[in-house]
Amino acid sequence: MPIKKVAVSMTINGEQHEGLVEPRKLLVDFIREEAGLTGTHIGCEHGVCGACTVIMEGETVRSCLTFAVQAEGKELWTVEGLAENGNLSPLQNAFWENHGLQCGFCTPGILMTAVELLRDNPSPTDREIREGISGNLCRCTGYKNIVKSIDAAAKKYQAGEKEPVVAKAWH
Amino acid sequence: MKPAQFEYLNPSSIDEAVSLLNQYADDDAKVLAGGQSLVPLMNFRLARPKWLIDINGIEALDYIREEGDWLAVGAITRERAMEKSQLVADKCPLLKEVTRWIGHTTIRNRGTVGGCIAHNDPTAEYPLAATLLGAEVKAQGPNGVRSIPIQDFLVTYLTTALEPNEILTEVRFPVMAQNVGWAFQEFARRHGDFAIVEVGAMLTMDNGTVKDARIAIGGAGPVAFRATDAEEVLKGQQITDELLEEASEKAGGMTEPDSDVHASAEYRTHLAKVLTRRALKEAHSRAH
Repeated sequence: MPIKKVAVSMTINGEQHEGLVEPRKLLVDFIREEAGLTGTHIGCEHGVCGACTVIMEGETVRSCLTFAVQAEGKELWTVEGLAENGNLSPLQNAFWENHGLQCGFCTPGILMTAVELLRDNPSPTDREIREGISGNLCRCTGYKNIVKSIDAAAKKYQAGEKEPVVAKAWH
Repeated sequence: MKPAQFEYLNPSSIDEAVSLLNQYADDDAKVLAGGQSLVPLMNFRLARPKWLIDINGIEALDYIREEGDWLAVGAITRERAMEKSQLVADKCPLLKEVTRWIGHTTIRNRGTVGGCIAHNDPTAEYPLAATLLGAEVKAQGPNGVRSIPIQDFLVTYLTTALEPNEILTEVRFPVMAQNVGWAFQEFARRHGDFAIVEVGAMLTMDNGTVKDARIAIGGAGPVAFRATDAEEVLKGQQITDELLEEASEKAGGMTEPDSDVHASAEYRTHLAKVLTRRALKEAHSRAH
């Protein structure tokens, strides 16, 4: 017997998205296929690589370990929600300036993880940054510049720059 | 991969969840808590429940409370909440410490205390901490609530004493005495990986001799267990390097590890000994 589809609706980057999905539809597949937001990547599909990390209700989650039906009525932020009015955010600029990405596959997950990390700890040590992104795999092994980029973003915030998504996701 | 098809149920109360579970228990129903272990198994299709009962919407299961000599933790309390809780840090500092070892921040944002203990991975941190502290588990089924001591609850690999129609609702950890020295040691290949072996120790000292000793080991047998042979060696004695050596040998003698892709049985026993000695030494330095 075919499984009944379920109507879901959620806010992603401030916009309402709706769909009719099987309960088994992963949140990451909803974000990519239903909402058309392909910035969030699917890596391992079992919660190890961190590429699919998004912010849900103010906390990072693995969108491959969450079903779309569980995000019903929830507020999500993805990598597309970082830039504002076409301008890269301070965190994105820090990655740009410090060569914080090579192939870029892990970058959306790393950026969303870094948003939460820097919100919880505005001046992390090198070690704390490394621990903070330990759940995100970069197979270009570009960690050194990723750590440098996050550190640079922290310094931008300390100098008064604001990460637009922070005020939006944690209100 | 993607999970196989299932029907999704989303109860908003414990009674409703128990009633749904009781209705579908014989038809492959599974309770979904944080999903950080279950969903990977479903994505691999190693688990193919027909009915998924999501308890994340049951707010009554999300709490950390002090109740007399106990710290009562609701089943869907997030691991991240345990990490941030001042009550946990004050009353059960060991729990705060072990929480840092569970996966990564993003995993702990979703992973739950009840889910971790109900999953009962032999290398997981909360079953070990619960064993060390002497926790109790509350389970609710169609016939009401029962309380199960942790040593009876953890049966074997990924298996607990929960009946198919019961839901774990609360874990009760004894509040730690202020003068107890405690330590947690874990070895994993990479930060956030599952432990190869983990050891927790608690020492209560009285005028330079050991009044009470507790040691628990995970990753070196089908479930986390108390290394009682090692505990007996310590009681009434003064802590010396020789005594710690003897205790760690006894602890190693109680392991029943299997070899797997991560480590050989011999290596796990070796680690159990080394980590026991280190944990005892650290616990002793913190006891007063």
